[in-house]
Amino acid sequence: MKLKILLFSIVTFFTGSLFAEPLRIKITEGVIEPLPFAAPVFVAEDSGGRDYSKRLTQLIAQDLTSTGLFREIPSQAHISSVTSFSSPIQFSDWKAINAQALVVGAVSVTGKGKMIVKFRIYDVFSNAELGSGLKFSGTVDGWRRMGHKVADVIYTRLTGESGYFDSRIVFVSESGRKGARKKRLAIMDQDGANVKYLTDSADLVLAPRFSPAGERVLYTSYETGFPQIYMLDVGTISRQSLRNDEGTMTFAPRFSPDGNSVVYSLEKGGNTDIYLLNLASRRTKRLSSAPSIETAPSFSPDGSQIVFESDRSGTQQLYVMSASGGSAKRISFGQGRYGTPVWSPRGDMIAFTKQNRGRFHIGVMRIDGSEERLLTASFLDEGPTWSPNGRVIAFTRETQGANGSSRLYTVDISGRNLRVLLTPDGASDAAWSPLGR
Amino acid sequence: MRKQALNILVMLSLGVLFSCNTNSGGYNNGQFSSGGTNDLNPDGNVIVGTPAEFQSAVGDRVFFGTDQSNLSAEALVVLDAQVNWLMQNIDYVVVIEGHADEQGTREYNLALGARRASAVKEYMVSLGVAGSRLKTVSYGKERPLEICSNERCYAKNRRSVSVLDNLNF
Repeated sequence: MKLKILLFSIVTFFTGSLFAEPLRIKITEGVIEPLPFAAPVFVAEDSGGRDYSKRLTQLIAQDLTSTGLFREIPSQAHISSVTSFSSPIQFSDWKAINAQALVVGAVSVTGKGKMIVKFRIYDVFSNAELGSGLKFSGTVDGWRRMGHKVADVIYTRLTGESGYFDSRIVFVSESGRKGARKKRLAIMDQDGANVKYLTDSADLVLAPRFSPAGERVLYTSYETGFPQIYMLDVGTISRQSLRNDEGTMTFAPRFSPDGNSVVYSLEKGGNTDIYLLNLASRRTKRLSSAPSIETAPSFSPDGSQIVFESDRSGTQQLYVMSASGGSAKRISFGQGRYGTPVWSPRGDMIAFTKQNRGRFHIGVMRIDGSEERLLTASFLDEGPTWSPNGRVIAFTRETQGANGSSRLYTVDISGRNLRVLLTPDGASDAAWSPLGR
Repeated sequence: MRKQALNILVMLSLGVLFSCNTNSGGYNNGQFSSGGTNDLNPDGNVIVGTPAEFQSAVGDRVFFGTDQSNLSAEALVVLDAQVNWLMQNIDYVVVIEGHADEQGTREYNLALGARRASAVKEYMVSLGVAGSRLKTVSYGKERPLEICSNERCYAKNRRSVSVLDNLNF
């Protein structure tokens, strides 16, 4: 099973009005009223294009509405129809249905299976194009990915932030009864499409994590009968053991931001500490030395610091230390227990799991522990992972009882727009890829 | 003292052998994780010195308090009997599995299960079992024995299980 590498050429072919007041949705405070947009079905410029234009337009609209920031005006309400990519826009028709943004596009497919997608974004109430028109080309097999790239451009034009639609999620697919769960690694597009399995379910696997470029995945497997960390190449699905020392257990691995090292937990004699493995030299360095549990390490995006959890105070709390180890500063001081910290891609926040009074929460705080906000609450929420633009958090929610099962959810960092991420079976331990994988 | 405890346990536990021999909580793919029919004599009684006897007469598991890894008085009685059995059956090695209940994050529970397994190992070594016969592994919250979501089940899931393997097989 070989991963297809799609090459996209991005060509700016038209310059829109550079002077229009930009249409921009402010998403810093959490949007209450989603911005209405219209995306009439992209014009099929040939018979090949007709096979894809409707699906492609739907996918783009779906990406945008899934954020909770945008609302699509259904095509039945449209007054104008777009029959040609170059026709002038009847802004009054779109204003009349209160479409603030308008996306117009065209699709064509050459005989050799090459697909070309052109699109323009309009700020309806300014009677102007927003940015310039773009043309993407790729293979028809990669049509979904092209759609996600178009949606990312639209998202960026309308929010001023980078997108996250052309990204993937690696996770643990779960089946079987609660006491004997079968687990295997799986990967899918961020919208749940194109699920592929990376391991079989012969051995228990836990907590996959992407490399900074998205081509490799770290995870923990019981392949030897004992939990140990492995690295898997997503394209070839070949894997290698990273640590396997008799009498120790290794788990909770994560890449450093440069991809050259792996920070992980090693347990020996009942004591768990944090270590760093250099992937080239295979040398390890111990970063923490305490009789308490130190685990779930996560690098800051600049590689200078590591946030982790420790029960050195008596309960699980969050700490930050230098990437070279040494003393650590506690950052969590609220009620309850804090675990699984993950540094945001922007570097300014830390997502975590919190347990308090028998409930679990996903929350975020500043890197100094201030401004803690809980985004979710349930019987069991855990394991946050950031979308590549730092706007959305995916996590595991497990329902209680004998028939309890795990699913993946996403939530905006404002705490709004909680959604199930549909997977073929139960799912846990999501990790989000970088943008463009 | 220890022998006395063992004898009492033998008397108490023999009657429940057949009701509890199917699920040991052992997951090391070891053939000895549960008492199979090979461990019975033609009369259907447990053969001394087999994993079935270990499970039924000695008890293969001990339980822990929430977020705790210290050994309770009840746990010590069971572990004393396990040590006694291991001293008499020197062909066996043990994988001590540490488990946690579902109230906790995945990584922390892995570390907590390791603490529990390690506490059991240290105690056995202190009583004279060679450390080379004892391995530990943690399953964290991955393998609950009881699947309800309340303390009745949690108390049974916070456990260590001593899974036997015979060096001669």
